[in-house]
Amino acid sequence: MAARPQMEHEMSVITNELLDMTNLVEETIRSAIQSLEEKDSELARVIIKNDEEIDDMEDEIKDKCLKFLATQQPLAGDLRYMISVMQMVRDLERIGDHCEDIAKYTLRFENEAYMKELIDIPRMADLAAKMVKNSIDAFVNKDLRLARKVWKADEEVDELFRNIYDELMGIVDHEPQKANQSVMFLFIAAHLERIADYATNICEETVFAMEGNYEME
Amino acid sequence: METKFEIEKLDLYYGSFQALKEIDMSIYGNKITALIGPSGCGKSTFLRTLNRMNDLIQGVKIDGTIKFDNEDIYSSNYDIIELRKKVGMVFQKPNPFPKTIYENIVYGPKIHGERDKSRLDHIVERTLHEVALWEEVKDRLHKPAMGLSGGQQQRLCIARCLAVEPQVILMDEPTSALDPVATSKIEGLLEELAEKYTIVIVTHNMQQAGRVSDYTSFFLSGQVIETDKTEVIFSNPSNKKTEDYITGRFG
Repeated sequence: MAARPQMEHEMSVITNELLDMTNLVEETIRSAIQSLEEKDSELARVIIKNDEEIDDMEDEIKDKCLKFLATQQPLAGDLRYMISVMQMVRDLERIGDHCEDIAKYTLRFENEAYMKELIDIPRMADLAAKMVKNSIDAFVNKDLRLARKVWKADEEVDELFRNIYDELMGIVDHEPQKANQSVMFLFIAAHLERIADYATNICEETVFAMEGNYEME
Repeated sequence: METKFEIEKLDLYYGSFQALKEIDMSIYGNKITALIGPSGCGKSTFLRTLNRMNDLIQGVKIDGTIKFDNEDIYSSNYDIIELRKKVGMVFQKPNPFPKTIYENIVYGPKIHGERDKSRLDHIVERTLHEVALWEEVKDRLHKPAMGLSGGQQQRLCIARCLAVEPQVILMDEPTSALDPVATSKIEGLLEELAEKYTIVIVTHNMQQAGRVSDYTSFFLSGQVIETDKTEVIFSNPSNKKTEDYITGRFG
């Protein structure tokens, strides 16, 4: 029998729920961009509604972490693991909120043709979604290299964001009639940029859980 | 920071069994140092070397040096009575003498020659205040100490230890026989006592070590595996064995 059967069991339940929450959040990021690209209002409404589910998952995992801290009184690596999970579910929940906001923009555009084809925003969304997925995978698999790699990938997202910003501000300057849409797309890009930042938080928490510091490079 | 004990290359044998191996450690004044480790790892044996309580056990052989305030306590001309006055001890189970509360406390000072009634009264009141027992027992000082609750008895034993004005208090699992309320009273007391005294405490309760101590030493098979600030030991120990022990993977 394992030395700490009850403790290991509770930790694996929490880890599995964290993975479930991550899958839902990753899917939500992809759906948010899909609904934006395809102007799929139905899907946008589903995303807005599903945010409650993400919120509930956060509450449930936090409850389990709290119970774990109170009853198992973990120390050292176990303690850092639990603290990290509690931070991560908060980050995941915030990512869900950003997706909800993106979905709300989709609804605003419901009866309006886009001024241009979306290229960089879906690319940014794809990168951000991968970062979120990989950051949690790095944590669950205790993969420090992956955590640091994902953390570094944020630079790519930031670069894309800068490009989008320059492009959209150029449009605002030269084609004021498109300013409204430009600003909305800029907001959406900013949401995606924040989502990637949350993924870097998760990577930092992974390094903390494993090594007790926040040294990323 | 003042070093109270400086231990160098300490080996201790019970007959042919080596119970302590090459212990190097500093114990700092007015700090609380916790000794942790699985049963039989040598932490209680080590504690008892600090006031030479192991001298009472037959077949014990000690190598290395333990300096207390820069003096080697194992040198042949060191005054052991004086050492035990300066380095008091509290045990796992409360062990008051079968005497009155008052007599328990004045026992030590009397042995050391104090006969003045008012000074003895003063010692009783001072030490009972120090262990936060005065209010609970001031009206029954001349009643048997055995009539106190377990937690009160343990605080009385600490008071008895303080009566001879030690500099160091050694505690061997002082709360393991007490309920949570009594335990938390003793733990609260430790912090106050550390302002005046140096405390070394053996405990099996990791959370207790974490709560009360400034430094923690992890013992395993007669060796010190790791000593560090308590917050470091319990949040991010350097040695894998320490981590495995405090997280309950063995021991």
